[in-house]
Amino acid sequence: MRSVLRIIGTAAGTLLAASLVIYGALALAPGDPATELAGPRATPRLIAQIRHQYGLDRPLPVRYWSWLTGAVHGNFGISLQFRESVSALLAPRLPVTLELVAYASVIIFVFGLGLGLLPSLSARLNVLVTVTAGVGIAVPTFVAALVLVEVFALKLGWFPAVGTGTGFAGQVEHLTLPAFALAFSWAAYVAQISRASVREQQGREHVTTARGRGLPSPLVFRRHVLRNAAMPIVTVSGLTVAGLIAGSIVVETAFGIGGLGSLLVQSVSAKDNNVVLAISMILVVAFVLATTLSDLAHLALDPRIRASARS
Amino acid sequence: MSLASVNLVTVEPASGRRRTRLDPALAGIGAVLVLLVLAAVLAPLIAPYSPDQGNILIANAPPSPAHLLGTDAVGRDIVSRLIYGARLSLLGPALIIALATTAGVTLAISAVWIGGWYDVVVSRVLDLLFAIPGLLVAIIAVAVLGTGLIAPVLALSLAYTPYIARVLRSVALRERRLAYIESVQLAGFSGWAICLRHLLPNVMPLIRAQATLAFGAALVDLAAISYLGLGVQPPTPEWGIMVSDGQASLLNGYPLESISAGFLIVVVVVLVNLLGDRFAIRAEEAG
Repeated sequence: MRSVLRIIGTAAGTLLAASLVIYGALALAPGDPATELAGPRATPRLIAQIRHQYGLDRPLPVRYWSWLTGAVHGNFGISLQFRESVSALLAPRLPVTLELVAYASVIIFVFGLGLGLLPSLSARLNVLVTVTAGVGIAVPTFVAALVLVEVFALKLGWFPAVGTGTGFAGQVEHLTLPAFALAFSWAAYVAQISRASVREQQGREHVTTARGRGLPSPLVFRRHVLRNAAMPIVTVSGLTVAGLIAGSIVVETAFGIGGLGSLLVQSVSAKDNNVVLAISMILVVAFVLATTLSDLAHLALDPRIRASARS
Repeated sequence: MSLASVNLVTVEPASGRRRTRLDPALAGIGAVLVLLVLAAVLAPLIAPYSPDQGNILIANAPPSPAHLLGTDAVGRDIVSRLIYGARLSLLGPALIIALATTAGVTLAISAVWIGGWYDVVVSRVLDLLFAIPGLLVAIIAVAVLGTGLIAPVLALSLAYTPYIARVLRSVALRERRLAYIESVQLAGFSGWAICLRHLLPNVMPLIRAQATLAFGAALVDLAAISYLGLGVQPPTPEWGIMVSDGQASLLNGYPLESISAGFLIVVVVVLVNLLGDRFAIRAEEAG
C-alpha cells in the first residue's frame, strides 16, 4: 500500500514539475502575445489594455497559479489562432488521437507479441524474427507512413491515403494505414524484447526442472516461462504507449488527421502558445499515466517487489 | 600497491590480444559508416550537381545515367541532395550525442562520487526528463526558441541525457564500491583524479554503447522534427526535409525522393544500432 502511494505521489510530483517548466519556458519565450493579438496597427494603449484584459500584466507566479487552477478544471484559456476557447478546440480532436493510439496498441499487441513469441514454437524462426525486428525498429514513423501510402493506398488501392472518414467503418478504414505506420517500429521493439525475454526464461533452471518432471510443454510455457517473461514486456508496454502518443504527432501530420498532434504542430508554427501548452500538458499527463500504470502492474505481478518495498 | 599494478600488467596482454582480433561484422559496419561520413564531408567533390539549383524543365525526371535517382519536383538531382543532406542529417545527431554524453557522464559520475542529497536531486531530475519523449521536448523548445537547428538540438541533448546518465549511474555506483577505488583513495589521490583516471575509463565501454545506441534514436527524432517543418527549413538539403518535400510528389506518382531519403535513414539507423549492440555486448563482457 505504501509503495502504491509512493508511485502515485511521484507521478503527481512529476506532473507538477513538468507543468512548471513548460509554462515557464513558454512564458519567457521571445514575442509578446498581447502585441500579436492587437494586430499590426495597434496603439501602445490598446496593447496595454489587452495585456490587462488577459492578465498578462500580472507577475509570472500569479499567472501560473491561475493557469494551473483553470487547467485542472479543463479551462486552458483562449486560442490566439482560432479566437475560441482551447477546450472547445481540443474536445473533438482528443477522441481522434485516442482512437489512433488504441488502434496502434492493438496492432502492437497482436503483431509485436505474436512475432516475439514465434521463436518459442520453432527455433528456426529465431533468426528471421531477430532480423525483421532489428530492421523494423529503425524505420521512423514518417517513413513507415509514406511507404504504407505508396504500397497500400497508391499501388494496391486498398485504403485511402489521407483524411479521417465518417461512420465507424469509414473511420476504421481511414485509420488503418496511420495506425500501422504508428505501430510499426514499436511492434518491432516489443517483438525484440519479448523474444529475448522468453528466450532467457526458457534457459532457466526451474524450466528445465519442470520439463524434466514431465510436465506438458504448453503448461510449462504458460506457467513458468510466460509469467516470468511478462515483467520486461510490461515495462516496455509503458514506454510503448508513451512513444505512441509522441508518434501520433508525426502520423497525424503525415496523414492529415485532425487530432491533437497535428494541432500541436500547427500551433507551434502559428505561435499559439495557449494551445501548445494545453496539448503538451495533456500529452505529458498521458506519458506519466502510462509509466505509472506499468509501475503499478509490476507491483501486482511480482510479489518480490512488494516484499522489498515493505522491508 | 606496486605488487597490485604488477598483477594488473600480467593480466593486460590477454585482454589486449582479444581486443585486437578483428570482428569482421564490426569492421564491415564501421567501413560503411565511415564511407557515409566521408561522402558527407566531401559532398562538393562527389555530388554530380548542385543541391539547390534545379532545372524545372526536367522536374520529376525518372532515373537515368545523368540522374541516377531522377530529379525532384523542381528538377533538382536527388542523388546530389541526398549526399549534401548527409551533412546536417549526421552532424545534428552527432552534436546531440556529444552534448548529451558530456552532460550525462558529468551528472552520473558526480552523483555517484558526491552522493547524498545531490545524488537524490540528480536522480529525480533525470527520472523527470526520462518520462517525457524527446520529440515533445524538441517541439516545446521550437515553440520557445523558434525553428532551425539550434532549438531541437539543444532540446534533444537534454532529452537524451538521462538515456546516458541513468544506466551509467547504476554501473558507476557498483564500480565505486569496489576495493580498488578505496585503495587509491587511501593512497591519497584526489576525487578528481580517481573519477577521471580510474572510474571513467572503467565505465567507458558502457558509455560508448549507450552513446552509439542513442545516436540512432536522435537521428530519427531530429529527422522527424525536420519532417514536421519545425527544424531546419527548405530548401536546405536534409533527409527529413526530403521525405516531407517528396510527399506531394509521392502522391502524384513520383515516390523516389521520399523513399530514397527514408531508405537512407533506415540504413544508417540499422547500422548504428548493430554497432551499438556489439558495443553493449563488449561492455557486458568487460563489466
